[in-house]
Amino acid sequence: MKEEIIIAGFGGQGVLSMGKILAYSAIMQDMEVTWMPSYGPEMRGGTANVCVILSDSKIGSPIVTRYDTAIILNQQSMDKFESSVKPGGLLLYDPSGITRHPQRKDIRIAQIPAIDVAASVGNSKVYNMAVLGGFLALKPIVSLENVDRGLGKCIPARYSELITLNRRAIDEGMKSVLELK
Amino acid sequence: MAEKILMKGNEAIAISAIRNGVDGYFGYPITPQSEVMETLMKEKPWESTGMVVLQAESETSSINMVYGGASCGKKVMTSSSSPGISLMCEGISYIAGAELPCLVVDVMRGGPGLGTIQPSQSDYTQVVKGGGHGDYRNIVLAPASAQDMYDFVDLGFELAFKYRNPAGILADGIIGQMMEKVEMHPVKPRRTAEEILQVAPWATTGKPSSRERNIITSLSLDSDIQEKFNQKLKEKYDLIRRNEVRYSEFQTEDAEYLLVAFGCASRICEAVVEELRAEGIKAGLLRPITLFPFPENEIAALAKRVKSIMSIELNLGQMVEDIRLAAAGTSCPVGFYGRQGGNIFTPEEIVAEFKKFNNLK
Repeated sequence: MKEEIIIAGFGGQGVLSMGKILAYSAIMQDMEVTWMPSYGPEMRGGTANVCVILSDSKIGSPIVTRYDTAIILNQQSMDKFESSVKPGGLLLYDPSGITRHPQRKDIRIAQIPAIDVAASVGNSKVYNMAVLGGFLALKPIVSLENVDRGLGKCIPARYSELITLNRRAIDEGMKSVLELK
Repeated sequence: MAEKILMKGNEAIAISAIRNGVDGYFGYPITPQSEVMETLMKEKPWESTGMVVLQAESETSSINMVYGGASCGKKVMTSSSSPGISLMCEGISYIAGAELPCLVVDVMRGGPGLGTIQPSQSDYTQVVKGGGHGDYRNIVLAPASAQDMYDFVDLGFELAFKYRNPAGILADGIIGQMMEKVEMHPVKPRRTAEEILQVAPWATTGKPSSRERNIITSLSLDSDIQEKFNQKLKEKYDLIRRNEVRYSEFQTEDAEYLLVAFGCASRICEAVVEELRAEGIKAGLLRPITLFPFPENEIAALAKRVKSIMSIELNLGQMVEDIRLAAAGTSCPVGFYGRQGGNIFTPEEIVAEFKKFNNLK
């Protein structure tokens, strides 16, 4: 099993930390991972993206141009990455702020209303975990038990209440994802 | 089982330095390696191991602090990226001339000049051939993963002290910025004063009446003495060439075509080899782990039996010159493909260039 994922959006949406939590959860499941962020000038312009690869075996190239899953959180990223989803792959996106919805017919397309989910949980900062929940509902690559352990690795123990909050956002995200037919 | 932590290559350098008993780090921030010092500052090793972490006012200053610490037999290091390494080259030459051990990490970005901040391998010639003035060599390790970044700190110091020579880790923006899981090895405490006397009897540790004065210098005004010293350095470099070559091979056993790549490019070339093999083309990859000493004998041996060699680098073609030297005397054609400026090649792109070079469909 090898899953190549691009997560792309604005800086501040938690794109990089979402990738890190996903990667750490996979490590807890004894998988190989790479997490490669964009750190160039485009990052200074407000957009952020990270390529996460999860695999059962050693990962060669950490740089890929076609993805099994694209998680897209703003219009610029939609324009940039819709065409790079492999046929049969998954495009998961937050429809808010999207003016041009995905057009591809040869891939799975799903929406996650993550702003609403985060609001229902009561903290806008868990936006990214709502998105992660949406992804895990569609592709349960890592078990929720290992996601908990991954969260524990990424969030210091003194903020344990945040682990619970993040986990609630993941659960709600899983319920709220909508795959378009 | 050792704990596995998800971390960036740059963070791995910092954590490894603390855990491997490094005495001092002196640096100056520059993308894409700033996390090395950031992590050290966050970890505050001066409170745990007593390791000194200091942000100098410039790269010139930090390498000279390394020079001073190394003179005392301490395990000292610095890290920077391409333009910063250029500023350090004078100091590295002095350290090589004074035969001192130290570790210099270069997380390369695009150049020349200030260039770009994205990944590159364009400092190969600079770091591998010395960089500063005078006839000298650095021992150069080329990591291809965060685990390598962690492991090569210890290995770099081991080799640096073994040969009293500067050692370098030549990484790039991908290896520095990418997070992977890193397995921690047992902690090595910092050396005690007694241990330093044993490992580095040449160090300026304060002269007891029982021995002659130790002098650390790179200055000699006598041509004959200097020439003798240069010859001694040559013997040392030849010894390093004989003993310390490290490389790894990927599917070379039955390979008809050879790719050679180091660092992040070698990772990308693994995907290239797999793609070519899937099409029935028997390709293999040799990854030099040490760039000095260079695995020239291994490449020469492969050159005798493969149809071609192609060097894949993120520059205009630097390591390829060493491959051509290694393959000289064989009829094996040596080609090159590279990207520059911080752009990264994709496996598909390399496959296409490989086929073009080898006249394959």
